[in-house]
Amino acid sequence: MSDATANGQAMTSGELAGEEARRREVRNRWLLATPALVIIFFAALGPLAIMLVYSFLEKGNYGGVIWEFSTDGWFGVFLKQDIFDDTIGFADAHLSIFWRSIKLSLMTTVITLAIGFPTAYFIATQPAKWRPVWLFLVTIPFWTNLLIRTFAIMEVIRNEGVINSIFIAIGLIEQPIQMLYTDFAILLGMAYVYLPLMVLPLYAAMERLDFRLVEAGYDLYANRWQVLRRIVIPLVKPGIIAGSILVFVPSLGAYVTPRVLGGGRNMMLGNLIELQFGQGRNWPLGAALSITLLVIVMVALLFYVRNASKGGVQSHG
Amino acid sequence: MAASPDSAPAVTAHQVTKIFGGGSDRVVALDDVSVEIRQNEFFTLLGPSGCGKTTLLRLVAGFDHPTRGRIDLDGEDISYLPPYKRPVNTVFQSYALFPHMTVAENIGFGLKMLGKPAAEIETEVSKMLKLVKMEAMRDRATSAISGGQQQRVALARALAPRPKVLLLDEPLSALDLKLRKEMQIELKRLQNETGITFVFVTHDQEEALTMSDRIAVMSSGKILQVGSPREIYDHPSHRFVADFIGETNFIEAELTSVAKGAGKLKLASGKTIEASLPDSGVAIGPVTAVVRPEHANLVTGKAAAALDGKLSNIVYFGTDTHYHVALDSGGEFIVRMQNARDDTGRWRIGDRVGVSIDKGSVQVLRD
Repeated sequence: MSDATANGQAMTSGELAGEEARRREVRNRWLLATPALVIIFFAALGPLAIMLVYSFLEKGNYGGVIWEFSTDGWFGVFLKQDIFDDTIGFADAHLSIFWRSIKLSLMTTVITLAIGFPTAYFIATQPAKWRPVWLFLVTIPFWTNLLIRTFAIMEVIRNEGVINSIFIAIGLIEQPIQMLYTDFAILLGMAYVYLPLMVLPLYAAMERLDFRLVEAGYDLYANRWQVLRRIVIPLVKPGIIAGSILVFVPSLGAYVTPRVLGGGRNMMLGNLIELQFGQGRNWPLGAALSITLLVIVMVALLFYVRNASKGGVQSHG
Repeated sequence: MAASPDSAPAVTAHQVTKIFGGGSDRVVALDDVSVEIRQNEFFTLLGPSGCGKTTLLRLVAGFDHPTRGRIDLDGEDISYLPPYKRPVNTVFQSYALFPHMTVAENIGFGLKMLGKPAAEIETEVSKMLKLVKMEAMRDRATSAISGGQQQRVALARALAPRPKVLLLDEPLSALDLKLRKEMQIELKRLQNETGITFVFVTHDQEEALTMSDRIAVMSSGKILQVGSPREIYDHPSHRFVADFIGETNFIEAELTSVAKGAGKLKLASGKTIEASLPDSGVAIGPVTAVVRPEHANLVTGKAAAALDGKLSNIVYFGTDTHYHVALDSGGEFIVRMQNARDDTGRWRIGDRVGVSIDKGSVQVLRD
């Protein structure tokens, strides 16, 4: 009897010690996460809250905001009021910029995927000792400032640039082809800038791909195309999704590339927002546009996440 | 379905050489290998890792192509055909089941790629599931079934398209002993029921002996001997073959005369015994011969003994006992004798003993 009691007590105190240790561990984890949480709170959530508040204020005549509630900013995102007869219509200029942003971002995603997929596959099938070298080469563009790289592209594709000069010199064309300040230029720039963001997650997924499954596919009468479609793509889908998000999201808010390569006429959302805070002197509209951009991104992410979880069984070795 | 020697070969390798890499990384995986695999036989490639057995299998499957030489399937050159154009399927060592498909989808994959109609795939898959006794697992994910079940699915997947030849790359090596024994019997049954030629790769000599119609023993990229399990075990041609398969005593002796495939061996003890000779024949003079431990007996008295020595160790195995004899002429000879219940303590370490060798159980090696 006394034995049992002693045992019972020992177990209880043991459990208590375990509970205490667990609690301490949880506390330590929160402590470790604190710096990140502080940064996220002050650098991301804080400004976001300010943006949300500003979007519901009156615009100041010389920029800034007047602290009075107004929905004009949000009104201006989708609608416009004619300054002469006060008729209300869709803000088609904004809508076309929205559309252009989404379209160019989707196209950038598709282009980087089309180029990045074979690249990642190539790297993943190289001998293990050479793979880091290839990955290193992929990341080289990150060494140079984005602005400088963008101006370099400008130098290549402008009317007096490298491509046009060569084409004219060898007599292929007489007049330079207008490439700069077109959607093509923006696409080229964005695809170039965001390609590594597509290649790296794709590579990570393909490196984990069991290539014996590819052999099994060939063995079971699947040709190259069928192996790609039915085995490789389903198995590296997480990488495709991650890469697409990493390219699509920043493309949507791109500022430098469309500004430099698109000129003034081919604006994207980032430029439109900048315009409202700058020359437009309409901070509430700019804030409302920013929040709209955020919502679009979140909708896109939700769509992806749902799609990804529908992907079903994933390989775990 | 036993292989009949006169049926046309299913797979033939003609002087196949396979070299990987170049320069200092150059590896000769297969060195001028020729072999014929007959229709409907259970053919085993046996050898230690790195002997080239898997390379030969991959050449037949089409994952690699020969550097030199030719591989025929049913008399047609398939050396450079891609794997998806060969009526040959593989059961992989790792099974390589598609993790994003169910059991049934895995099994139906080959038929689907061959463009068979859905209804036909459906019936075939059901048939295959029944054949490997996996009907209940039809819609499971491949990650939700055990290793033995994965093995069965891999088999069904490879058999479903009715290949002319089924290649099996050490498919049982990942299973535990009990399951492995079960699957050995299962594989033989499947081969009998389907009548498909099986080419089986293994490094497990016991597996090879129990399952095969014929075995090719490989070492360092070469095939040393091809024959039935009995031929390989009783009449090994090379020291490597004798050593790799079963336990063996090697005795150095002198071949004194040859007549009709049999020869007279003069042993170091001075006694003369009869021995079988390899097919290719050997020259009169010093040779190495092998005797299996179970083909020898311990005796007392010099008259019956071919070899003499001192008992140096006794190892009890339950069904039988191994007696290690230190021969007077040097070297060790192991005798394996069946245990009876009343022979405890008949032999003691340190006893002077003679070793008698059963008639017709000495085999002279080619090397």
